[in-house]
Amino acid sequence: MLSNIGNSILFLNLSLSLLIIYFAFQELKKNQNFINKKIYYISLTQSTLIIVCFFTLIAGFLTSDFSISAVYQNSHSLKPILYKVSGTWGNHEGSLLLWVIILTVFSFLFLVTNKKHLKKYRVYTLITQNVLIIGFLFFILFNSNPFDVIIPTPKEGLGLNPILQDPALAIHPPLLYLGFVGSSIYFSAAIASLLTNYSNSNFAVSIKNWVLISWSFQTVGILTGSIWAYYELGWGGFWFWDPVENASLLPWFAMTALIHSLIVLEKRRQLYFWVIILCLLTFSLSVLGTFLVRSGILNSVHTFANDPSRGIYILIFLSLMILGSVSILFKKFKSNNYNLNYNSKENFILVNNWFMIFYLFTVFIGTIYPIFTEVFYSNKISVGPPFYNTVIIPFVILFLFLMAIGPKVKWIKDNFYNLKINFIILFGAVFINFFIFFFFKSYSLLSNLILISSIFLIISTTRDSINLLKNKEFNLSRIMAHFSFGLLILFIGLNYNFSSEKDFNLKVGEVKKFEDFSIKFQDLNLKELKNYKAVIGTFEIDDYKDNAKLFLSPQIRIYENPNTLTYEASIRSGLLKDFYITMSNIDRSEYYNIKFQKKPFMIWIWISVILISLSGFLRFFKYENKNY
Amino acid sequence: MLTKKVKKRFSFLTIFLTLTVLGVFLIFKTLDRNLLYFKSPTDVKADQNISYNKKLRIGGMVKKNSLIIDSEEIKFVITDYKNEIFVSFKGTVPNLFLEGKGVVAEGILKDKGFFIADRILAKHDENYMPPELKDIIKDVK
Repeated sequence: MLSNIGNSILFLNLSLSLLIIYFAFQELKKNQNFINKKIYYISLTQSTLIIVCFFTLIAGFLTSDFSISAVYQNSHSLKPILYKVSGTWGNHEGSLLLWVIILTVFSFLFLVTNKKHLKKYRVYTLITQNVLIIGFLFFILFNSNPFDVIIPTPKEGLGLNPILQDPALAIHPPLLYLGFVGSSIYFSAAIASLLTNYSNSNFAVSIKNWVLISWSFQTVGILTGSIWAYYELGWGGFWFWDPVENASLLPWFAMTALIHSLIVLEKRRQLYFWVIILCLLTFSLSVLGTFLVRSGILNSVHTFANDPSRGIYILIFLSLMILGSVSILFKKFKSNNYNLNYNSKENFILVNNWFMIFYLFTVFIGTIYPIFTEVFYSNKISVGPPFYNTVIIPFVILFLFLMAIGPKVKWIKDNFYNLKINFIILFGAVFINFFIFFFFKSYSLLSNLILISSIFLIISTTRDSINLLKNKEFNLSRIMAHFSFGLLILFIGLNYNFSSEKDFNLKVGEVKKFEDFSIKFQDLNLKELKNYKAVIGTFEIDDYKDNAKLFLSPQIRIYENPNTLTYEASIRSGLLKDFYITMSNIDRSEYYNIKFQKKPFMIWIWISVILISLSGFLRFFKYENKNY
Repeated sequence: MLTKKVKKRFSFLTIFLTLTVLGVFLIFKTLDRNLLYFKSPTDVKADQNISYNKKLRIGGMVKKNSLIIDSEEIKFVITDYKNEIFVSFKGTVPNLFLEGKGVVAEGILKDKGFFIADRILAKHDENYMPPELKDIIKDVK
């Protein structure tokens, strides 16, 4: 029943998309300046229907209708309601449906909100976007249909992988998808802009909000994934340079570059083709990310059972997309005369883009290279975190300094008049760094430079905000984004240098002493819960340095549907530091492997990223108010 | 006589190209130094010029009855049913680390029969296997 509704809606939407494309081409022949109401209505119907379709699938999950294959494979009647619902998008098929929702709804919203812009440009954007929608609807209907029916109906579902049964991961995919898939609309707009020569600053204005929105969501999306990895994967880290994480970071770099160069296009009408390239690149990287995650081609901690045919479909789609967009780009490309002064805001923004592209390229090579060697030399390799750290960190130092100075430089041409104040700030940053260095703990030269540059950025942006408060033109989101980025790097640096970690094996009753800590394995309890059993250990931790005592109780959870073990870390978060403990049983012996970590300023890393993404949303509301 | 504009563009291009070449060089140089090769015990035995100070990954099955645990470390044997390597490891063992199950260890080779691991790779569920391991099992069967 539900599967029939779902399938019919998917087919209906496919035909509605074709209808929109047909009417859109008709519209191009007409001379009037507005788009026929008919198209609005079809687009609205399409958006409503796809949302209804999604709720149909949610209903399937809620009522545990195991005749639907996606429900059977990813749900279980005993699962808590929250995870029944989040199971809808926690799997490949359901997440593709979410993908199409965003494509469709964004297509409609773009149509409605850009009425002031050139009609041909809007129509072509709509056409391109609907081509994308058709591509993904085909993928859903003929390869990954969540509404496939299983006959006879199974009595019970297979259950959702327990490590996905988690609140952070319940909201992670929708947030990340708003960023990932949200970038489709400026991909379409870029194609439309090339086709219609709509290349002035109005083009920049029309896509600016969409870039901001997708960038902000992408940022929170990455954050929730990172928080989840921190407490769920049990390693105590928040970024592993894992291929799947990299896949979400690649479009983020492209978006960040785009946000900056869009300002140049809007204000100075330069860098048009560069902006177009970034628009095309962002969505292509998003689709590439989907390919990497869904094809299972890479050995990642996040990979689950995969089906190679999915990978092939996405790869073909991606190739066609890139081929199409690049050929249009070459056809329309005109070499422009960029005449930039070295000491101008335009040039500083361009330098930001160079850095972004450098980071992007580094992460891209590190992620793709293993596939390359596997195919051509059948060498099985993986690229470890040291690669990324060695290449990226030295450039971050320079990048932070430029980030502090760049925004204050004037458009067109500037003089070097504020050298003195920068030297004073630099001196202050060096002083604070050496204060930490001498009074707390010494660290490497590279860490010194990272700390100095991030403190420099923090002080500089703080000073800017005080100066600009006096002026009326107060760009809060710029200052907030740069300030919190400085905070983020500072806290990552401190966290890296002041973390301590100890691994050891203990039996119940044993005590382990090291550094300023003593850890006692007090007892072990078994608890039966609704859909799992938990083995809960209690540990007493004595911190001699702070004269503090705390109890942590990590768990080992035994799930039956599907049959899986998970290790739940026990974390005590504080303003200054987190204490983190995981335990795992070693091959059913009486020994438990204990990993104890002290992680300073973890909470501040999360807060910095939240601030960064808030600054994006803030900017969006500012533009809304100005009625662009 | 070059105009000022041409000169400027020329210098811009030179800087741009130099930076690009330097960047690409740096990336590939570091990449080369940080590659982790994946080998089975048999690969290790067959490889004449295997390096002893570079990290690598060894994959295979944890040999039955080979696991020794004390309060400091875990010792076990990785086997691909043809050859074996003795592994010593300090740290957290991942989900479903069991005798007779697949394992991937990351670390440094001391000699051809002894491996010091600093990380045992995580697996998500019983059915999931790293793509590298699948091939090994296929080869044996």
